[in-house]
Amino acid sequence: MGHIQLKGVEKCFGDVMVIPPLDLEIEDGEFVVFVGPSGCGKSTLLRLIAGLEDVTEGTVEIDGHDATELPPAKRGLAMVFQSYALYPHMSVRRNIAFPMKMARIPQEEQERRISEAARVLNLTDYLDRRPGQLSGGQRQRVAIGRAIVREPAAFLFDEPLSNLDAALRVGMRLEISELHKRLATTMIYVTHDQVEAMTMADKIVVLQAGVIEQVGSPLELYRAPQNLFVAGFIGSPKMNFVDGTEAAKHNAHTIGIRPEHIDVSAESGEWTGIVGVSEHLGSDTYFRVSVDGFAEPLTVRAGGEVDLHYGDTIHLTPNLDQLHRFDAAATRLA
Amino acid sequence: MATKASRSAARLMISPAVVLLLGWMLVPLSLTIYFSFLRYNLITPGANPFAGWDNYYWFLTDPSFKAAMANTLLLVGGVLLITVVGGILFALLLDQPMWGQGIIRIMAIAPFFVMPTVSGLVWKNMFMNPVNGIFGHIAQGLGLQPLDFFSQIPLLSIILIVSWQWLPFATLILLTALQSLDQEQLEASEMDGAGSFSRFLFIMLPHMARAITVVILIQTIFLLSIFAEILVTTNGGPGVSTTNLTYLIYVSSLLQFDVGMGSAGGVIAIILANIVAIFLMRMIGKNLDA
Repeated sequence: MGHIQLKGVEKCFGDVMVIPPLDLEIEDGEFVVFVGPSGCGKSTLLRLIAGLEDVTEGTVEIDGHDATELPPAKRGLAMVFQSYALYPHMSVRRNIAFPMKMARIPQEEQERRISEAARVLNLTDYLDRRPGQLSGGQRQRVAIGRAIVREPAAFLFDEPLSNLDAALRVGMRLEISELHKRLATTMIYVTHDQVEAMTMADKIVVLQAGVIEQVGSPLELYRAPQNLFVAGFIGSPKMNFVDGTEAAKHNAHTIGIRPEHIDVSAESGEWTGIVGVSEHLGSDTYFRVSVDGFAEPLTVRAGGEVDLHYGDTIHLTPNLDQLHRFDAAATRLA
Repeated sequence: MATKASRSAARLMISPAVVLLLGWMLVPLSLTIYFSFLRYNLITPGANPFAGWDNYYWFLTDPSFKAAMANTLLLVGGVLLITVVGGILFALLLDQPMWGQGIIRIMAIAPFFVMPTVSGLVWKNMFMNPVNGIFGHIAQGLGLQPLDFFSQIPLLSIILIVSWQWLPFATLILLTALQSLDQEQLEASEMDGAGSFSRFLFIMLPHMARAITVVILIQTIFLLSIFAEILVTTNGGPGVSTTNLTYLIYVSSLLQFDVGMGSAGGVIAIILANIVAIFLMRMIGKNLDA
């Protein structure tokens, strides 16, 4: 069970309103990712759900019960922190056992859950080590283990992968997704990395300045971003935006086109431009192309083996089905 | 300090300081050891014949030696207990967010800056004096018999004075340790269902273990040689009830003018201090590695 509902939740630090009134529903078993630039209030929102911060206004409901005034321990949620927050003076075993010890769970049951968690997380050989003797990925798994053994209604992750190196991050991303599939428990995951959001989420919540910009599945957000912010935030490399006369041709204030939705041709096309810097990734190549009459150069994706060089003239044609149109208020036009 | 040349240059450059420090330590030490084997009394000037182990024998069999040893241990142990426990409590208190935190912290540290003689006199005359002291006035105001601290509980009074002086030191070190505790660890333990007492017992106290070790080691070294507070308050009395080892050495060498005996006491004190230091290092020094 892990149905979480926020009703008119609002948070102020002194006079500064960090989160204006906000409603959000998280279904049982969902993997929800809060994503947004730093300082957008996503971590604060998570801490409000966890109970580590008091809400200024509004209610937090967990499984239909008002949990607004409940202390963190009573909410039945488990949290994995950015710094892992392992207890350095305890062995891995005692770290994982700590929440159960606090809950006075019988010793045999503790042992059973510890060995189960250790097996799932590949920690069996490390149970008697201290956190200081583990690598970053292992510490991460201990932190997850400490969360699992409580059998919580929902897991809360606060940027858990940001202290890991890139290769390990990809691996842990998969492990966490695996874990979610296996446990089928609600997970709320905070990140500033849209790749993590796209790859792991059932539902993404895009936040900016404490306001929810859009809620939807990764592909919904990719296909139909509701405004310029979401359009620019989701997708990598980011969407190209064009203002002015070119946008007016499509009856919009701004048009957006993703790099992967522009066709490149040497002979003819709608737009003509000069190739600038390129990034060869092997499978793909991204070009910066300066198009006459556009304020900003466009980012364009081409195949990995394309023979284009700095200074070449090329022709571009946007895929009109995939063109996003926005009005002057930055909102999507149907 | 990587190359051979830079290492030898470094050795050369620190050698004057090392030689100076070594001389500073070795000269008094060897003189003390030398004197401790002489019959050397300032009342009977003239020849100072070699006395063998006589000085040691008489110092160790002196009835006040046993009392002095017990007093030294009680003094050190008592002050350590009060300052460590009190220091932890004060550190917890000062770690709370409150108005005027900076000023309160500086004020809490202030007693450490008061000279031992001054604090001894202030406590003796303004607090613990049964006639003029504040405690006497309070007791009288409540209709009780004022307590004559230095004659009824002399050693405890000294322990209280010294604790008052060292409490800020312990508080300061422990507060720093407490502040270096990762907030996320506390939040994690809160999520894990630990109440405030469990948080203190399982998270804060182990985190402070190293700082507590440092406090105990440093204070022990200084507390073994407490002198000024005793001199200005009780003069080691009544009887020998507040005479510690340091004060006994002072009595033999400067009140009885027996330099030889005083030196023997000094050597014994050095040996005892080293035994205590090794003992402490063994017992709690492993906290310092981890």
